[in-house]
Amino acid sequence: MYKEICTKYAPTKDNLISILHEIQDTHPQHYISVDAVKAVSDYLKVPENHIYGVLTFYSMYSTEPRGKNIIRLCESPPCYIKGSENILRKLKTILGVNVGETTKDGKFTLELCACLGVCGNAPVMMINEDVYGDLTEEKVEDIIEKIRGRN
Amino acid sequence: MKYYRSHVLVGINETSIAAGVEPFLKALRAEISKAGLADEINVLETGPLGFFGKGICLTVYPENLNYEEVKLEDIPELVNEHFLKGRPVSRLLLDTTGTFSPKFNYENRIVLRNSGIIDPESIDDYIGAGGYEAWEKALLEMQPMEIVEEVKASGLRGRGGAGFPAGVKWSFTAPIEAPQKYVVVNADEGEPGTFKDRLIMEGDPHQLLEGVMICSRAVGATKAYIYIRGEYKLCIMRLQKAIDDAKNYGILGTNIFDSGFDLDIEIKIGAGAYVCGEETALIESLEGNRGHPRWKPPFPGVKGLWEAPTVVNNVETLANVPFIIAKGADEYKKYGTPECTGTKVYTILGDVAHPGLCEVDMGTTLRTIINEYGGGMKKGFKFKAALVGGAAGVILPDRLLDVKMDFASLNQYAAVLGSGAIMVMNEHQSVVDVLWSIMRFFRHESCGKCTPCKTGTQQLYRLISKIKKGEGTMDDVDTMLLVAETMQQTSFCALGQSPIMAIRSAIENFRDEFIAITQK
Repeated sequence: MYKEICTKYAPTKDNLISILHEIQDTHPQHYISVDAVKAVSDYLKVPENHIYGVLTFYSMYSTEPRGKNIIRLCESPPCYIKGSENILRKLKTILGVNVGETTKDGKFTLELCACLGVCGNAPVMMINEDVYGDLTEEKVEDIIEKIRGRN
Repeated sequence: MKYYRSHVLVGINETSIAAGVEPFLKALRAEISKAGLADEINVLETGPLGFFGKGICLTVYPENLNYEEVKLEDIPELVNEHFLKGRPVSRLLLDTTGTFSPKFNYENRIVLRNSGIIDPESIDDYIGAGGYEAWEKALLEMQPMEIVEEVKASGLRGRGGAGFPAGVKWSFTAPIEAPQKYVVVNADEGEPGTFKDRLIMEGDPHQLLEGVMICSRAVGATKAYIYIRGEYKLCIMRLQKAIDDAKNYGILGTNIFDSGFDLDIEIKIGAGAYVCGEETALIESLEGNRGHPRWKPPFPGVKGLWEAPTVVNNVETLANVPFIIAKGADEYKKYGTPECTGTKVYTILGDVAHPGLCEVDMGTTLRTIINEYGGGMKKGFKFKAALVGGAAGVILPDRLLDVKMDFASLNQYAAVLGSGAIMVMNEHQSVVDVLWSIMRFFRHESCGKCTPCKTGTQQLYRLISKIKKGEGTMDDVDTMLLVAETMQQTSFCALGQSPIMAIRSAIENFRDEFIAITQK
């Protein structure tokens, strides 16, 4: 399966970041496993340690299995002054997890991130590919409930 | 061509998609048909409308009225009242419309001139608005050095933050003989509070491509990359469509317009690292490495991507280029100040009445931008400070609001124009708190390559946390200045050299606040 993704790209090192994106996005647990790193290393002829170096440098990648829905709450100054800390507290309470953890049912992983570039609607979070802005504690509860129901 | 009585522009961007603009459009069109107005009212999907209302926003022409936060259930009223009977639904109008600023939406626009007016996904719309004329001129009527000279003469300065003259940058690369040269677009917008590049790309992707094409021709590059952050899904989609359409039209590809010139543009996705906004770190990332900055010199213009001469420019910089080539440097210089020509796109956010973006002449004062374009302070709030330029920016108090926003004027205050982010704080917000949040940001984003920045950002965060908790002293405040100054002098790249600006401006302009919290 990893091989299939790799072969969509030319076997040159500059495609590493794109390949890792696709592997992570298509994995049900949104992460890059040891096996995936080996497969990419074989394909690109790039040492595994280089790939780990890249994986751990960029904040969008994870080397640990994650939930079905990745929540990324912005903690940069524009969201911070609009009360992102309250939103974080609320998320922790509803989900019963700390930052970096996944709920027991595997549905949500809570993460913090830097500016998402939607500051006109601060505070903002992304859940998978969707942006949610102008967050309030009530709104957050609704959003999470809706996604829970959908899954 | 069909003529319509009225055009309704619906902004399609991250915000409106999240608010459910797709079912909304369907329902709106259905309702208009139902009212028998399908031949009179034209519904157009466009990019960001140039104001920043909440939820789904509409602009209605010829009245030029702006609606915000329109919901599905408002559609019948909107169609019945406004489109049928000609009575705008006042409760949904963006409350600036026609009241506080007649200039609203009529700013001097270069970069955003098509935004919110054309369909960003239609190459025909762009061509219809005069698009790709500059590219044709640059390719068929001008020699590469003439293009470089024209851009130099225009005085265009880089809009990414540092403000280096673009034409001068190009002139380093253009004369070099090399088997391969590259143009790289820095679309890795990550400065907190900045989203201008996103809106430029969402609103008018072809204009950026045209700028890239002209730049490539000027410096002799046959391959260009757009390095864009992974979160900007809509931009990526629209740019890819724009590239595909341009290829189909023969505007891009091999032997363009029978000139013998070849050019390919490719999108590369980032993976979340602020430091990749630094041009050499960005190049490392493009090559598939950790985004660590490189030693300069040699500068990328001489030795960049895969050691080939590479011009790296910001999105907004390149989006200015088609205008300069089409209308000429003299026309461009009519905008802005003599030292800093052209316009600048700002994002205004925080406690203003209308957070959003605007494009104004260089040299417009901060006060004008906040009051006229941001709609002034939100009701019930008083102005305290503005963080200008994002995390790598400065915190300015009320008495400096009349500072002219251009590279030269801001320099006098040891401030930088930066990325054009203006974050407005109200009188209840604590400067110490905001500084803490900025230091947390830098601590997280330091790439770890050089010691001054790696340990310095940790120390700054530790000190400001102590001060914020009320456990610090004025000695700690002075230590912060010392650490940040040392970082400024010794850090490898601009990231480590930046924290001093926020720290110094906060401490100088709001010293009382630091005294109060350390004596608590």
